[in-house]
Amino acid sequence: MKICFFHLMPYRFLPEDFEARYRSVWVDVPHSLYDPEKASGLYHEYLDELEYAEQAGFDGLCVNEHHNNAYGLMPSPNLMAATLTRRTSRAAIVVLGNSLAAYNPPLRVAEEFAMLDLLSRGRLVAGFPVGTSMDMNFGYGINPATLRERYYEAHDLVMQAWTRPDVFSFNGKYTQIRYANIWPQPVQKPHPPVWIPGGGSVETWEWTAQLDYVYCYLSYFGYKRGKATMDGFWDVVGRLGVEDNPYRAGFLQLVCVADTDAEAERLYAEHVHYFYQKCLHVWEGFAEAPGYRSLKTMQAGIRPQVGAEARKIRQSLDWGKYVDAGYVIAGSPQTVRQQLTECIRSLRVGHLMVLLQIGSMPKDLTLHNTALFAREVLPHVRDLWPGYKDRWWPSHAG
Amino acid sequence: MPADRLVPIRDGAVTFRVLSAGRGAPLVYFHSFHERGGWSDFLERLAARHTVYAPQHPGAAGSTGVETLDDLLDLTLAYDELLEALGIEGAALVGHFFGAMVAAEVAAVFPHRARGLVLVSPLGLWRDDAPVADVVILPHDDLMSVLWADPGSEAARRWSTLPENDAENVAAQIESVQRRAAMAKFVWPIPDKGIRKRLHRITAPTLILWGDADRVNPLPYADEWQRRIKGAALSVLGGGHMVIHEAPDAAASAVEEFLR
Repeated sequence: MKICFFHLMPYRFLPEDFEARYRSVWVDVPHSLYDPEKASGLYHEYLDELEYAEQAGFDGLCVNEHHNNAYGLMPSPNLMAATLTRRTSRAAIVVLGNSLAAYNPPLRVAEEFAMLDLLSRGRLVAGFPVGTSMDMNFGYGINPATLRERYYEAHDLVMQAWTRPDVFSFNGKYTQIRYANIWPQPVQKPHPPVWIPGGGSVETWEWTAQLDYVYCYLSYFGYKRGKATMDGFWDVVGRLGVEDNPYRAGFLQLVCVADTDAEAERLYAEHVHYFYQKCLHVWEGFAEAPGYRSLKTMQAGIRPQVGAEARKIRQSLDWGKYVDAGYVIAGSPQTVRQQLTECIRSLRVGHLMVLLQIGSMPKDLTLHNTALFAREVLPHVRDLWPGYKDRWWPSHAG
Repeated sequence: MPADRLVPIRDGAVTFRVLSAGRGAPLVYFHSFHERGGWSDFLERLAARHTVYAPQHPGAAGSTGVETLDDLLDLTLAYDELLEALGIEGAALVGHFFGAMVAAEVAAVFPHRARGLVLVSPLGLWRDDAPVADVVILPHDDLMSVLWADPGSEAARRWSTLPENDAENVAAQIESVQRRAAMAKFVWPIPDKGIRKRLHRITAPTLILWGDADRVNPLPYADEWQRRIKGAALSVLGGGHMVIHEAPDAAASAVEEFLR
């Protein structure tokens, strides 16, 4: 197993009555709610937490990209990753990732990821998400009808920029480059491992498996609900006849560890509640622009993680339900070990990402959660997939 | 019941589903984001004196190939090719909102195709002081009071009723998303795609038609369109954004009178 510490970097200071007064945490959330003094402190707090995670024994550190929102303050995950390369030396730097269609030209991603690979001395995982509809279609104004086509084309350009031996021309529909020739080139050969975070679109399963990348499901509704999505991916893997190596998959799980189950509720309940009620409070109209999901995905009945339906589910939740439904794996080390093992086995994931800073959780509590997880849980799940080789791990990461 | 046929262009890369009915000079109607079914009382009335053609926008309601259309020019060319395939040299072009923008594009790029032009609450201009409502993304419940002058009216209620049967209901919702997505492709994220620079090319007699309670496309745009198309007439009727469905008699009469 490889176990990574994932950070969303949420804004922790939304008002108590936020979800009653404002329609959305994303896209048009007023930035009058945002205090730069506090947010400046947040970045350092969160980077401290990521750095601590390496010391505590995590295999990788994950950052990601979001725009126009209080859910995650990382429009540029590459900046966060860059600072981490200087303060860490062993852990993989998992940028999950750069939303390719947002970059013009997308060569910018090839360049910055190459720089990160060099700065980290070969510890980079290159993540390529399509990006949420809120980020891409609304925040960045990208046409939903062509978002995916743009994404695939950008991917082709980046991969060629990393792997073609000579200067080349790229005559794309969205990007034309007469002299494609990036300096610097990544240190990992033929290129850094590629992970694709997906929200459950049918096409992504097939594309990811065919290109031999890692498929990551970043779910906020836990391993029990995530099973249908991961099963969909494994079905495709089976159908394509490629090796069913668990390291082909990644999964994000929210985890809270305490000395006892009761203590977990006492320590973490309010912060988990903040995450589900405030950080995921996305107005239905922004949840997905028409055209963001393909007809095939709509017909497959895959629902978005935010929006009206998800809101109805979220609003009825309390600690007991978060835990019973498996949205959050929480409790004593014994409880967490047992459920996490079930999560890893049932989803067949070799790369587990855990979210240990959740919602409004302050630094001391996050470090407590991280330390307990690293000491009491991590060693017990590390050896769950003997006999499989992780071909998608950075060559120079520990 | 109107005739219903498929008309392929570009070797089938784009296929239009075209509804048609009536007798008389040809009239082509271009629909918008929120029109379901393709035929309406408004068109039925126009069919009394015209041969009405109602092509469905590619990607919506049985027309296909939107993924092969790159931009608004490509779409405009496709409509020119459709008229050619239908054997229509020139016709009265009538459109609503998104459809009115397409009609105006066709009339600007191919002036000889438009014998007359009727634009009902056309999309395509942008004013920071009066932004067009973001109706492509509005959830159903919010949409009602924006689209209709009277959301409780018979027409509004008929429009908002979805099938009760689960499978049909899901299919109707998917159809709605597909229809809006297929049109949004050409106007995302702001509908100003440069038509203001082409409107001077329009030579057809033009009528701008508006509902006085249009909460989607505010009235300042009516003046703007009239000012930008040489000699255009403006008629404001009682009704909301969906005026052609709220007041089909009055709207059809205004169109007939103008085209006579």
